[in-house]
Amino acid sequence: MEIFKLVGVAIVVVGFALKFDTILTVVTAGIVTGLVAGMSFVEVLDTMGNAFVDQRLATLFVLTLPVVGICERYGLKQKALDFIERIQNVTAGKIMSVYIVLRAISAAFSLRMGGHAQFVRPVVHPMVHGAAIKSYGQIDEETEDIIKGRIAATENVATVFAQNVFMGSAGCLLVVSVLGEQGYKVDAMHVALWSIPVAAAAVILSIVQNIILDRRLAEKYAKSEGIK
Amino acid sequence: MIEIFYSLIGVIFILAAIKAVGDTAPHRYWTAAFWIILAVIFMAGPHLPGWVSGAGILLLALLSGSKNVRATKNNVPTEEEVKHNASVIGGKVFIPVLSLALTAFLAATLLPFGASNAIGISSIIGICLALFVTRAPVKYILWDSTRLVDTVGSASIFPQLLAALGALFTVAGVGKVIAGLAVCIIPPDNRFIAVVVFCLGMFLFAFIMGNAFAAFSVIMVGIAVPFLFPQGANPTIIGALGISAGYCGTLCTPMAANFNILPAVLLETTDKYIVIKSQISLMLLLLVTHILLINFFAY
Repeated sequence: MEIFKLVGVAIVVVGFALKFDTILTVVTAGIVTGLVAGMSFVEVLDTMGNAFVDQRLATLFVLTLPVVGICERYGLKQKALDFIERIQNVTAGKIMSVYIVLRAISAAFSLRMGGHAQFVRPVVHPMVHGAAIKSYGQIDEETEDIIKGRIAATENVATVFAQNVFMGSAGCLLVVSVLGEQGYKVDAMHVALWSIPVAAAAVILSIVQNIILDRRLAEKYAKSEGIK
Repeated sequence: MIEIFYSLIGVIFILAAIKAVGDTAPHRYWTAAFWIILAVIFMAGPHLPGWVSGAGILLLALLSGSKNVRATKNNVPTEEEVKHNASVIGGKVFIPVLSLALTAFLAATLLPFGASNAIGISSIIGICLALFVTRAPVKYILWDSTRLVDTVGSASIFPQLLAALGALFTVAGVGKVIAGLAVCIIPPDNRFIAVVVFCLGMFLFAFIMGNAFAAFSVIMVGIAVPFLFPQGANPTIIGALGISAGYCGTLCTPMAANFNILPAVLLETTDKYIVIKSQISLMLLLLVTHILLINFFAY
């Protein structure tokens, strides 16, 4: 039965959905698929081993870690923080728009300056929150939640979609390796260049969302002021 | 030339192993074993029979699955140290990191070694610049590279392993089976529907697994190779946009907790799905953008 060969795909899906160890899940899926397809155990190991050695390229990003590590020790995040904190006297949406542009650019340069725990909660959220209070006085819980959601989204969208603009990113190297293993030669620089349109679209659309958010909030709180 | 860079990565892994052994935690030997096996595959891989590397990978998977590959004691810079350093170095600290992307791009366009070597070259230049700008003692390279390798942990080999999984899927004929099923939805010679199925496939698989990387090797083997490439689609564009179509799925699913659930917890929101709710409309819009971009530019 040909359809049983899909058991490997099923193992990957279930393994990830149930949060099993990712490495063990992938290797299990590979071995089971090979065995189901009638390969011997040694043949499976051979195929997997050769492909893994051929695709060491995908792990090349490890070489960039020492640079990032040293710069972190010498105040990379500290300086980024100083820079962000200079933004003042603007609306909540505008702060998030400035942040998403900076964050996307830094991600495109493989700068790990953000992070929800290290940056968003201690720095970006207080700034956006402060701006909203300044503009509208009190804000209700619903607005509070909407703003928090948008802040987290800003960080996610910027880092996720701009990361592949750096040609040494894990995502770019994955694309090169997987395609290479299927017999299609592509290079990391062109994958990085073709990641730019979507990264740009993601940032621009986010800025539009921020503008709409600013308008909605202004409308909402103008009305409630009218009632008073 | 690229072998030199792979050997350097091997050296970093050996350093991580040495550091692990120096710790006192009970998992130290298992963690060290993980990095040593990996270092051997990186440095000697081309000279080993495939099944030996394969057996090594199986061991790596078992070590990782036993949850014994974890961070060991690191030399983490204290907050005062970082603040002091920041005030001395100032904005110059950005130079080495920014140079990574710039020199990689320049080396890839100007030098005849190809993009992969360019990334290696840029890392070496980056390290030299970092030492020059910060005037850090050389031992910091050892501390800080092993510290970050530890943070990434066994997940560092994940992309490479997925490429190997794709290879196995192909040898086993998984692509043909998926293609056989997809034939029912994709009419022959209909480019648009093939592209839609490809993008939706990436989106859905990433949504279910919470991981676009894992989705990528499956959908590439099952949809892109049998349908899109024979129609003449450009592999570079399909690859770049395929992975980011998967990212759209990642940012819509509670399965990707790091992105979508954890921030809501950190920010103490009342609605724990608020991050997904504020992303979902943008993600669907971007998914449509992907379909259009591929249709217009990949052929």
